[in-house]
Amino acid sequence: MSDRKILLGNEAIAHGLLESGCTMATSYPGTPASEVLSTLVQLKNACGLSIHLEWSINEKVAYEVALANSYMGRRSAVVMKQVGLNVATDPLMSSAYTGVRGGFVVVSADDPGPHSSQTEQDSRFTAMMAKIPVLDPASPREIRELVRVAFDLSEQHEIPVMLRPTTRVCHARQDMEVFPFADRKLFPLFEKNPARWAATPKFRLVLHRQLNEKLSRIEQDSTLAPRLVNDAPLRTGNPSRSRGDKTCVVSSGVALSHIKELMIELGLWDRVPLFQVMMPFPLSRSFIETTLSNYDRILVIEETYPVIELQLRLQAKVFGRLTGTVPSAGELLPEGIEDILRGFFLLPESDRSAPPDIPGRRPTLCAGCPHRAAFFAIKKAFPKGIYPGDIGCYTLGLNLGAVDTVLCMGASISHAAGFYHAFKASREDFPPICATIGDSTFFHSGVTALMNAVVQGARFVLVILDNGTTAMTGHQPTPARGRNLDGEAVPSLSIEEIVKACGVRSVVEADPYDTERLLQTLREAGDHARSADGGISVVISRRPCLMDRNRAGSWPKFEIRVNEKCRGCDFCIKQFECPALQAQGEKEPVRIDRNLCSGCGVCVSVCPHGALEAALSG
Amino acid sequence: MQQIIVSGIGGQGVLFVTRLLAETALDRGYSVFISETHGMAQRGGNVISHLKVSRCGAHGGCPPESTFHSPLIRPGRADILLALHPDAYRVHGYYLKPDGIAYVNSPSENGPFILDAGKIAEELGTPVASNLVLLGFAIGFDEFFCSRSDVEMVLAKFAGSRLELSLKAFRAGCAESGTRKHVPLSP
Repeated sequence: MSDRKILLGNEAIAHGLLESGCTMATSYPGTPASEVLSTLVQLKNACGLSIHLEWSINEKVAYEVALANSYMGRRSAVVMKQVGLNVATDPLMSSAYTGVRGGFVVVSADDPGPHSSQTEQDSRFTAMMAKIPVLDPASPREIRELVRVAFDLSEQHEIPVMLRPTTRVCHARQDMEVFPFADRKLFPLFEKNPARWAATPKFRLVLHRQLNEKLSRIEQDSTLAPRLVNDAPLRTGNPSRSRGDKTCVVSSGVALSHIKELMIELGLWDRVPLFQVMMPFPLSRSFIETTLSNYDRILVIEETYPVIELQLRLQAKVFGRLTGTVPSAGELLPEGIEDILRGFFLLPESDRSAPPDIPGRRPTLCAGCPHRAAFFAIKKAFPKGIYPGDIGCYTLGLNLGAVDTVLCMGASISHAAGFYHAFKASREDFPPICATIGDSTFFHSGVTALMNAVVQGARFVLVILDNGTTAMTGHQPTPARGRNLDGEAVPSLSIEEIVKACGVRSVVEADPYDTERLLQTLREAGDHARSADGGISVVISRRPCLMDRNRAGSWPKFEIRVNEKCRGCDFCIKQFECPALQAQGEKEPVRIDRNLCSGCGVCVSVCPHGALEAALSG
Repeated sequence: MQQIIVSGIGGQGVLFVTRLLAETALDRGYSVFISETHGMAQRGGNVISHLKVSRCGAHGGCPPESTFHSPLIRPGRADILLALHPDAYRVHGYYLKPDGIAYVNSPSENGPFILDAGKIAEELGTPVASNLVLLGFAIGFDEFFCSRSDVEMVLAKFAGSRLELSLKAFRAGCAESGTRKHVPLSP
């Protein structure tokens, strides 16, 4: 019996994985990929499935755990966002050589725009570099089908297969039929084969040759070759080409979905062949050859880098990002593609109005967010400091001027060390250096950086913003939770103990809502970093995330009042930026938005004029 | 076929309103295609949902020419804009087609399709339900693919423990449009 549901692209991936008999899925959360594993957890619990699921500590670890399951003939998946794939690249490259046994699908979600990422990088290039096939879905419905295709392909050729959705597929919803899941209880069978699973460089050469053969067979698989999307309309239509040349459009992913709608509307649907590339790498050689010989002008529209375009080798005929026909950065929105098509097919320009040139609202930390309180204290404790920051909600410390650098997961700590060594090596007195990193990011990539900083003799203050959850991506659990996804008790990792084990001698916990004490703690930490026998000083700023529904936050809630001392200097608004504090214009007292105010009371110690008062509310 | 933009700021329930309309569409046998904003923008930034409803495609066998393929609505193409925040209209108003309608939640502006939904929700004792007040208001003008009772049926399935308050908010919005509908609209 089937049922019809509206599924998010990421939910559709989860359904596809279970429908295909996946027995293990691992992941580290990251937008736009986060909902895949959380959906699997819900479905596992609802249907009593035996699949192993975990939020791993980072993507590299997630990849390796799931790969071992595949070595034993069981279907497995690892799910991450594109920058997570960078972290997992090491096992990815090597596993392309070893190959797999049970179908192994690497879901790497790209973020053209970028909407929620450091880069617009194209995971398909990583697949190409690793020499593994990659599938490029155009819609939530299609990605569910492609999960099955990916598993079959992976198993047939014993090779990892990448599935590369983009934000507009992950975070699109479509109605589709859903089917019950078959719970595969497949016995794990590990066949020892050191020449493969533990290959030395000599055997690695053999594996590389085998990999090339696999790729060549996959490239020749006609079921995966690009297909003509508008075959029927072309045959019934009137191919009265406006120009004498033979032209076609080649596309993949969500760009293809935009193009379909546009070509129908622009009257190109029954005139111009549109090819969908389901598998951008390895691109079918016969497709490359016939396309180049059949057409004079080939327009390639794909996200985000020119992967298909570069494989279509006869560049004089090929138009895309390399010729400047398609912009070389940014998301391909339908209106942008409309302009490309109109330009390429010499149609009149669109008459749509341009978006207004007004800045949107920038994201801010939530009202009552403990991070904001910590950042305010950091700025006060180290007024002329350098503030290396990291990846998470607390990147928004940018708005408060308390984040100077954001590179990638864990870089805050290595940056702090690098800044320190630069001053030391040039025999300069160093300014205060105060790095911030969240708890989940610390577990993910901060620990190795901290060990390195300690043994290199760096001196700085590290504030670990511990809100007990991975907040930005939807409150996934951290290794401190003490329970796995099945709810079983497992050891809980203590940040204090890890920090001490890394060799840090000064570790203090503080409550960010207690501004005075946190300030005092930070100043002492700064002193330790400078003292004769000092070093790195860690302050753990600990308060649960207010938005985490799994943890009912309880604290005495205050009712905040603005008294007559407020002259509307807006210090609190500029320096504290709490959404519940609202400016009312020059010299007008600020207003408290009661619907937003969390009653944390921190703003009372922010106001230099004592104009904000707190009373315990009933 | 109908194209609807729901826009607001993070935390206002843009996703909830979109889901509600989409489930209503599914209930009525339509096919839907939605694009949502997740991630950092949800922390108080501008959040936008694109909702495309088509009569076709829900049960297959539909020619590609008569259904939606792209999850995004192009500027100047939306039939309806639901602006849960006055800023939302300023930032995303350009998605509306020339004869499209924007239903706007604003405390300080006047117009036939502008409502201080925040105030009404607050008076009902449920300030977070201003999204449902505005939705009720908009639905009340009968310009949507669905009727008021269609939405109420779906709300009953999704509102959970907040059903009573949610229905109250939705109906309060409907009542507002009821009083305006019968007055000739000035341009």
